[in-house]
Amino acid sequence: MTGTGRGTGTGRGTESTLRVGLVYPELLGTYGDRGNALVLVERARWRGFDAELVEVAAGDPIPDSLDVYLFGGGEDDPQTMAASGMRASANAVRRAIDGGAVVLAVCAGFQLIGTGYVDAGGEVIEGIGLVDARTVAGAPRLIGEVIVEPEPSTGLPTITGFENHGGRTKLGPGVRPLGRVTRGGGNGIGAVDGALAPNIVATYLHGPVLPRNPALADLLLTWVTGGPLEPLPSVLEEALRAERLAEARLTGWRARARDLRLERG
Amino acid sequence: MRVRTRLAVGAGTIAGHASRLAGRGAGDQISGRVMLGVDPELIAKLARDQRVVLVSATNGKTTTTRLIAAALEAEGEPVVSNVTGANLTSGVVSALARARGPGFAVLEVDERVLPRVYDALRPELLVLGNLSRDQLDRFGEVHVLSDRWRALLAANPEQVVVANASDPPVVWAAAPARTTWLELGTGWTGDSATCPQCGALLGWNDRGFACPNCGFCTPETAHRLVGNHLELDGATIPLRIALPGRWNVDNAALAIVAATRLGVRADDAALAVAAVESVAGRMATYTVPDGRTVRVLLAKNPAGWLEVLRYVQDVDTAVVLAVNAHVADGKDPSWLWDVPYELLAGHAVAAAGERALDVAVRLRYAGIDCLVERDVMRAVARIDGPSVTVIASYTQFYGLSRRLARASRAARPASEPERPA
Ligand SMILES: [Zn+2]
Repeated sequence: MTGTGRGTGTGRGTESTLRVGLVYPELLGTYGDRGNALVLVERARWRGFDAELVEVAAGDPIPDSLDVYLFGGGEDDPQTMAASGMRASANAVRRAIDGGAVVLAVCAGFQLIGTGYVDAGGEVIEGIGLVDARTVAGAPRLIGEVIVEPEPSTGLPTITGFENHGGRTKLGPGVRPLGRVTRGGGNGIGAVDGALAPNIVATYLHGPVLPRNPALADLLLTWVTGGPLEPLPSVLEEALRAERLAEARLTGWRARARDLRLERG
Repeated sequence: MRVRTRLAVGAGTIAGHASRLAGRGAGDQISGRVMLGVDPELIAKLARDQRVVLVSATNGKTTTTRLIAAALEAEGEPVVSNVTGANLTSGVVSALARARGPGFAVLEVDERVLPRVYDALRPELLVLGNLSRDQLDRFGEVHVLSDRWRALLAANPEQVVVANASDPPVVWAAAPARTTWLELGTGWTGDSATCPQCGALLGWNDRGFACPNCGFCTPETAHRLVGNHLELDGATIPLRIALPGRWNVDNAALAIVAATRLGVRADDAALAVAAVESVAGRMATYTVPDGRTVRVLLAKNPAGWLEVLRYVQDVDTAVVLAVNAHVADGKDPSWLWDVPYELLAGHAVAAAGERALDVAVRLRYAGIDCLVERDVMRAVARIDGPSVTVIASYTQFYGLSRRLARASRAARPASEPERPA
């Protein structure tokens, strides 16, 4: 929360408004990334917090006053544009994290909070180095449903999402992934997806990832509010999760039948 | 026609007939596929006697194609057209194979297929509407498509084009050709954040777009759509169209400009376009056995959904959102979160289709309660409202049109849905 309540490192005070920042939605919003912001805002409001969605327009500096920073997915040119803006504001983001803000970075966003991305032409786009992770464009493109068994320390249930990227991301020594990939590609190296660091979650999963995994949304909200949250009814979300997980787990002829059905016009 | 070509057409037509009998859709796509297997040069041969008009865009190409064909048919010209939305190479071949002599071939072409069929078709006119995100998991980036189109026209600078001056990727693509620009006004800008020429952030104002870095901007033109009036060649033409929605006014304007480049008088084209009520079953109205009317609208991508929701917002109707995520729909329905379903507040809403749960979760966060009923016909039957509007993704749409037409035969049809040609 903004204003006087920040700076303890565990939770950002109790007054004022939770500010969920959607960074450069015009550039990093290719895969419904706005959904992650909406879910955080609404799940905070349903619990009685004041919360607002703050869009940081492309070209603007990223303020240090946000409570959540969402970096989403983007195409090549927009990703390059986003990277230069993020580098110019890297210190503001770092200050905010030190003050208790949290980061969710997805796909291109993940690549850019890492140390750098080498695109298909060999050009290097420097990241802002919030996590030690380096990405190289690779082939084939990883497209499809993903299942991630999260690091036990997160306390999260199985994570479901959809990936669509050509990145191969290598985590630095000691960097923990978000979890182990049991279906799909994730980072494309070592059968893991994403990265975890204090107050930071990175992943390749769209869907978007938070509507499909409300427990992950609540984990981020717990970090930023500094306390346990009351549970919310999640009947629809649980039904969606069950359906997606079942679909992703199909194997053999059942998986082929599914693929044939999806190919049909 | 040489013997080999005739054989190829014969085999293809039989396959198409069998496919129709098997209930697998209009048959155009599959019969074309068979033909291509027999003779790869078929397109060029079939197109030789036709004045070819190609229409491509992410949204609106089927309608624009139909409207151009209508304007030409009203002049008494023989026209073949792939009006069923079969816009891949195969659908184009099927349409051409129906020509019984010289005339016009007005063909919608998938925006990715356009560069592949261009050389064979040698179009007299190319009509380019808009480029936005579509089926991301399969095809990737808007800029890549825009660059491909541009390379094509840079290699064919004599090509006559009618293009939307308000869409940056289209302007980038059509600039090297002999292009008549039509200013349609700013629509979906969600996929045009960066300059196609230099990658800088595009600036937007009332007039359109302008790149502060390299100067790439909305081209100057005297042809523009202002409200429901088309300013064209110094005249102002009122557009009164039977098709619903703002997006169809755009399609109509583009079609009229295109028709004038083919020799049709603008007023005559406007009259012919105004009379079209339904396009390949899209926007058709059905009457179901309980007496209510059901209108079906196709929405394939975020830009299309936005247009359709803006239209439905002001209509007193229950709304069924029917969404699949087959390859043809895009296998990742993440785009649901880019669409302002909040606009449906105050309507009775149902989520249907194979991805009904994704829709329902999206609606929950839009503050809209909904009925979840996977089967779209049951959703139509169960939802309360004076009338029902179904907004359907691509693969939901085609199955549904057939089922509604069947249900509609029991009752009096409100307007006869068009048969696939
Ligand atoms: Zn520029």
